Amino acid sequence: MQLTLEFGGGLELLCESVKIHEVTVDLEAEETKLTMKQLLSWVRTNLIKERPEMFMKGDTVRPGVLVLVNDCDWELSGQLETMLEDKDVVVFISTLHGG
Amino acid sequence: MDSGGERLTASEIHTELASLQTAKAAIDERISTLESLLKNITTEDESETASSTPAAAETPLTGQLTADMIYRYSRHLLLPSFGVEAQSNLLNSSVLVIGAGGLGSPALLYLAACGFGRVGIVDHDVVELNNLHRQIIHTEAYIGRSKVESAAATCRAINSTVRIVEHKEAFRTSNALDIMKKYDIVVDATDNAPSRYMISDCCVVLGKPLISGAALGLEGQLTVYNYNGGPCYRCLFPTPPPTTACQRCADSGVLGVVPGIIGCLQALEAIKVAGAVGEPLSGRMLLLDALSARIRIVKIRGRSLQCEACGENAPMTEEQFRNFDYEKFTQSPLSTSPLKLDLLPEDARITSKEYYEKNIKGEAHVLIDVRPAHHYKIISLPNSLNIPLSSLEQRLSEISEALGRKEESASLYVVCRRGNDSQRAVQYLRGAGFNLAKDIIGGLESWAHDVDPKFPTY
Repeated sequence: MQLTLEFGGGLELLCESVKIHEVTVDLEAEETKLTMKQLLSWVRTNLIKERPEMFMKGDTVRPGVLVLVNDCDWELSGQLETMLEDKDVVVFISTLHGG
Repeated sequence: MDSGGERLTASEIHTELASLQTAKAAIDERISTLESLLKNITTEDESETASSTPAAAETPLTGQLTADMIYRYSRHLLLPSFGVEAQSNLLNSSVLVIGAGGLGSPALLYLAACGFGRVGIVDHDVVELNNLHRQIIHTEAYIGRSKVESAAATCRAINSTVRIVEHKEAFRTSNALDIMKKYDIVVDATDNAPSRYMISDCCVVLGKPLISGAALGLEGQLTVYNYNGGPCYRCLFPTPPPTTACQRCADSGVLGVVPGIIGCLQALEAIKVAGAVGEPLSGRMLLLDALSARIRIVKIRGRSLQCEACGENAPMTEEQFRNFDYEKFTQSPLSTSPLKLDLLPEDARITSKEYYEKNIKGEAHVLIDVRPAHHYKIISLPNSLNIPLSSLEQRLSEISEALGRKEESASLYVVCRRGNDSQRAVQYLRGAGFNLAKDIIGGLESWAHDVDPKFPTY
């Protein structure tokens, strides 16, 4: 499954300062869809190069990180249970406090 | 320029400059005192004769604008979708801007110019030279003086018909309710996590719409909270982020125009909310990525029924708000003063003056500068070796080699910008066998302060 993953608000620093990643995630045999929960663990294994605790806490993202699936807060699509489809765009953005 | 054939040596010039600057500082201070005395006298006069000021004297007929207002705001009035109605709404509205920094500067310029009836400014800070690249409401003449005074003076210069209210204090749970009660709309232009939770909660308690902006590095974020049944800050972020995820402009840097853009957008949203026009950015968030020139507007969750501030079951009360410890909740201070670590025993540290003396005496040593490479490029001490803290572990051999080139008893010193990372580095180095490593207390800032006043700080 092809996905576009984007990191912002400083999270890109965890994946070698690259903001946009065009990735192909291989599905388990007999599965046609991918959940956000599976994607998070894939991202942690394949993209996060340092300080994984700055990205995840337990099996979800750490507090202060917004997750957007096709420009929509994942709270509205079922959080970890959100089903992803081919060509979806998933954005991980850390909230900013500066001014 | 040759001024009358005068021939001065560099040291004479330095001496005279120093004495002139001292005299200038004394004069500036006196001017500031006198101005504030005068302002108090004028405020008293104004309150006695409020109706005699030109703006107020010309009381408009109900629902109408004065001739001056019509002329000043004519370009607003000519907009069919804005017009007299929205302009009148602005004139009858008040807005509180918390923070007169990178976001607050452009926001305040537009909010004063566009004709809000009353604009309040909260800040406890003073203007510094390294603010001016982004805090465009302040000028060089105000360096060292209150940001609120400076911002208020600029706002008054742009639009003397707006009532500008100065709150020269930090926004705290003890004064927040009293200050915010007097305003219709709140603009969060602060720079730290605890303030953001505190301001959002205060808006929930008092039922005020909140225009929230943030900027750091090359990115910005904007949304409107607690508006028309929409979410508050806590609905989105019920749990505060780890302190390590809260970067500050003073550490990570910020391109001046980025908070400028977000601050302007905050003014726009405040104008829409006050004017009752358009669709305020509630339930949506704008994300700006300046470097790639991309703006994305995303849909965010609605109000959470379980929210600890605005939830249906237990909305926060004034008393709960007053007693809430935001610094404890977020594990970070409300003021943005830099962290001061104290990790090392006394014998693992030396002062910058002691280092200076050892260096003068020619003591054999290696000086490691553990700042990131782009900091090192700004300025560094002579003969220092740059090994950023993040790569220290992989580059220990370089330290051994550098020590190997010196005599056997050579010392090992570590320096950074403010003296925190150098302590972390020494702690690590001592664990890795460099038992005599010492850090320079207070880093390059203390070097500039205690040893070489001409050494650049940033």
